[in-house]
Amino acid sequence: MHYLIGNLGHLFVIISLVAALASAFSYWKSFYSAQELTGKGWAFNGQVAFYIHALSVLGIVTVLFTIIYRHYFEYHYAYSHSSLHLQAQYMLSCFWEGQEGSFLLWMFWQAILGLILIHTQSTWRAPVMMVFAMVQAFLASMILGVVIPGLDFKIGSSPFILLRDAMDDPIFKTNPEFIPKDGHGLNPLLQNYWMVIHPPTLFLGFALTLPPFAFCLAGLWQKKYSEWIKPALPWALVGGAILGLGILMGGYWAYETLSFGGYWNWDPVENAVYVPWIVLIASIHVMMLTKSNGTALKTSMLLVIAVFILILYSTFLTRSGILGDASVHSFTDLGLSGQLLLYLLFFTIASGVLVAVNWKKIPSDEKEVSTYSREFWIFLGATVLCLMGFQVLLPTSIPVYNKIVGFFGGHSNLAPPANQVEFYSKFQLWFAVALALVSGSAQFFWWNKMSKEKWKDLLAPALISLIVFALIIALAKVYQPAYLVLTLSGVYLIVANIRILVSVIKGKISLSGGALAHMGVGMMLIGLMFSSGYSNIVSLNTNGLPISKDMGTDFNRDNLLLFINEPKSMAGYDIEYRSENVEFRNKRGYVRKNDIEPTPDPYRVVANKDIFYRGEKMYRTKDTLDIYPENTYYEIELRKNGKIAATLYPRIQINPSMGGFLASPDIKRNLNRDIYTHVSLTLNREEEPQWSKPEEVNVKIGQRFFINDYVAVLEEVKRIEKVEGLELTAEDIAVKARVRIEGEHESFYAEPIFMIRNKTEVGRMASEINDLGVRVLLASINPKTGEFTLICDSRQKDWVVIKAIEKPYINVLWLGTGVLMVGFGLAAARRVKEFRKSRY
Amino acid sequence: MKRTHIIAIVIIAAAIGIIIATAGDASTYVDFDQAYQMAESGNKDQIHVVGQLKKDSEGHVAGLQNSPDKLSFSFVLVDDKNKEQNVIYNEPMPPDFLKSEKVVVVGGYQHDQFIAKKILLKCPSKYQENKLVKN
Repeated sequence: MHYLIGNLGHLFVIISLVAALASAFSYWKSFYSAQELTGKGWAFNGQVAFYIHALSVLGIVTVLFTIIYRHYFEYHYAYSHSSLHLQAQYMLSCFWEGQEGSFLLWMFWQAILGLILIHTQSTWRAPVMMVFAMVQAFLASMILGVVIPGLDFKIGSSPFILLRDAMDDPIFKTNPEFIPKDGHGLNPLLQNYWMVIHPPTLFLGFALTLPPFAFCLAGLWQKKYSEWIKPALPWALVGGAILGLGILMGGYWAYETLSFGGYWNWDPVENAVYVPWIVLIASIHVMMLTKSNGTALKTSMLLVIAVFILILYSTFLTRSGILGDASVHSFTDLGLSGQLLLYLLFFTIASGVLVAVNWKKIPSDEKEVSTYSREFWIFLGATVLCLMGFQVLLPTSIPVYNKIVGFFGGHSNLAPPANQVEFYSKFQLWFAVALALVSGSAQFFWWNKMSKEKWKDLLAPALISLIVFALIIALAKVYQPAYLVLTLSGVYLIVANIRILVSVIKGKISLSGGALAHMGVGMMLIGLMFSSGYSNIVSLNTNGLPISKDMGTDFNRDNLLLFINEPKSMAGYDIEYRSENVEFRNKRGYVRKNDIEPTPDPYRVVANKDIFYRGEKMYRTKDTLDIYPENTYYEIELRKNGKIAATLYPRIQINPSMGGFLASPDIKRNLNRDIYTHVSLTLNREEEPQWSKPEEVNVKIGQRFFINDYVAVLEEVKRIEKVEGLELTAEDIAVKARVRIEGEHESFYAEPIFMIRNKTEVGRMASEINDLGVRVLLASINPKTGEFTLICDSRQKDWVVIKAIEKPYINVLWLGTGVLMVGFGLAAARRVKEFRKSRY
Repeated sequence: MKRTHIIAIVIIAAAIGIIIATAGDASTYVDFDQAYQMAESGNKDQIHVVGQLKKDSEGHVAGLQNSPDKLSFSFVLVDDKNKEQNVIYNEPMPPDFLKSEKVVVVGGYQHDQFIAKKILLKCPSKYQENKLVKN
């Protein structure tokens, strides 16, 4: 038992909380000291306290990671999130799989941002850091894990809790020192490289919404109503890029790993981060406006505050358990809902009060906005963005609404929309159209002084857009009205920004961030339209046998049943299920289960023939190799005109402790479309198969015969000295027949054994060929005629049910994402430079 | 009236529109009798019904039926008011289906059959481990 390390971790948590509170208090005191000198003293205290806080956060992280990395399974966190066989890079995923670890990650990023702010800010340091320290104190309290004596009230959930305190298992009564040999393991869906980088990116995005919020509150508090924008803007831009990247990584992970068939499912958990990001983008635009000419200051403030509050709200939604039935992947309630609500309400009320008190004094716009001003257009765009967010926020909050009604004694049985994808898409599509049209045009108003006469500047891009649009719809055959409009507006957004890049910015890279980012959005819209709108189930099956006539004719069968080695045609390919595989541990690739023999260690197997993967020899016969036994990969071959176009390996893990059956797709990537395939049902090997009526054949050596329509030859029968699993004495006789059976792709050998033991007992061992679903038994030997009697029977062949979806032009989406990120990066770099210049 | 006021009114109108549309598209949690009445009265909305799988006296799931090609299946769901209903689902049976504690079906009646378009499963300890797995 390693008690010390856990106690150390816990100590660090307490220090980090106390230091954060001390830092906030000291910074607060520094404003209210009568003398300047004491004020400076308090500010210094605050800084020292924040350093202590940051160091102890680093301490917590180190301790928790050590516990996971060293496999200290006496700790609940290590036990429930990792295991001995986990690869090193996924140890990181273990760290943030649990709620405590993800709070910690969030806290860690904010501590780092806090340190950066301490060193880059002078005038703003004290008030901004006060807000930071307060937020950090709330987060530290979430992992405190202290029970208030007498009240039975738990504050926070500690990651350093011992297994015996977390679990009610009788073994701990008899042996409190019990340590499990292995951990429970990491959810296989999270054993993916995206899960190593997606959570840190997302939480860095979360953390980056704090600096603008802190600057805004500081500005309100210090009555520097408009000065806070300049230092806040670079942070907001970086935040917009990182949070967006984090969300997209999550989508890409879902596309590669989950089997719901796409990258975005409008699940409440996804919506909970989508909304703050949309509002963050709106806030960035309005802030740029305010910075350039001081207009829309109040809106800037409200939006910046709203972003942070929405982040807290989304944390509350996903971690309080309130989504319960509504979401497939929200966290379970750790008993923190009260604390989370307090966290949310504290900052909502604090910022609300600050805004309300100062409202009258905040300068507002005097001038009437003109339709030709950039203000009008930016404002319009921000409005569309906010409405877009609002439309998603509202249905996502239905469980909250039910809870509130219930709290006041009422009853509400509202459920989220039944088909969430369809519901959200039909609204978001039109918002996206409005957004594309507004932001395409807004670029002209931003860079040019526009007037009534200059409308004609928009004419050329509009005309070019129409031509490009006509080409696209003609080539890609888009006919649906809504998609036509979306495509047109996406094209317009791209064309307008290319024109800006060429004619106004003239390729000056430092200024081109905005135009590039908008182009990226345009490409994403088109990519989204094609890959989702024209996402097409290619495993569609019209000759299936419906279970009931009531299903009606509109019920297509979306899945395809594939028997092993029996090709079917699908989406212009011949598709064939070839084998079950496992993955190599030390090399890239898969090996067929038929080609390996198990050893007592499930992670090691012996090759029973030379093993090839993609034409390359990986192991020789009798080699012992390391594999991952948990996952089964189904080899699915796609052939076009007889040539192999792709071999897909969709994955299944049968894992009772993780919810049973976990399917991950494999994707055949083409330039113009992806074919996405996942397994939806497999054969249950525990069930005894039904064998056909046995057939008897009498054959001589070398004679050809048929087993279940397969050509077979009895090649030889010879005496053997050893039979695996049996002790043979000198008098015992054992012979092995070797029957070659010609399968569809290769020959298999059935090797049934016939024995006479203790002179009289006859023993027979059948041999089964898994791939062909046949079984051969050597029943008797007739020395007179030289004939051997074989009994053969067959069963239903192995099968797998798959679903395959075609995603056209999905690469346009990924390309757009890349362009958007580059644009964001350039824009952020420009603002950081501006801020630096203003500082010196 | 200033142009900003017009914009404000348009925004408010849009927001109200969104609220009304959301309320209209929101589904509801009902029991089978209510769902049946809704279908009878011509209401084609998809609704959520929460229930449990029917079990025989030995605790085995009863009334389960797979189509011959395994691509769809039907089962008997007992709602909170103890009404039993045959439910048809046009997808292969989710492999952890039999272990689920609670099943939420989203769909509606067609004639006397409840056709589920979506099934949500609540499995015991799906994401939470509170028992030791003995090695």
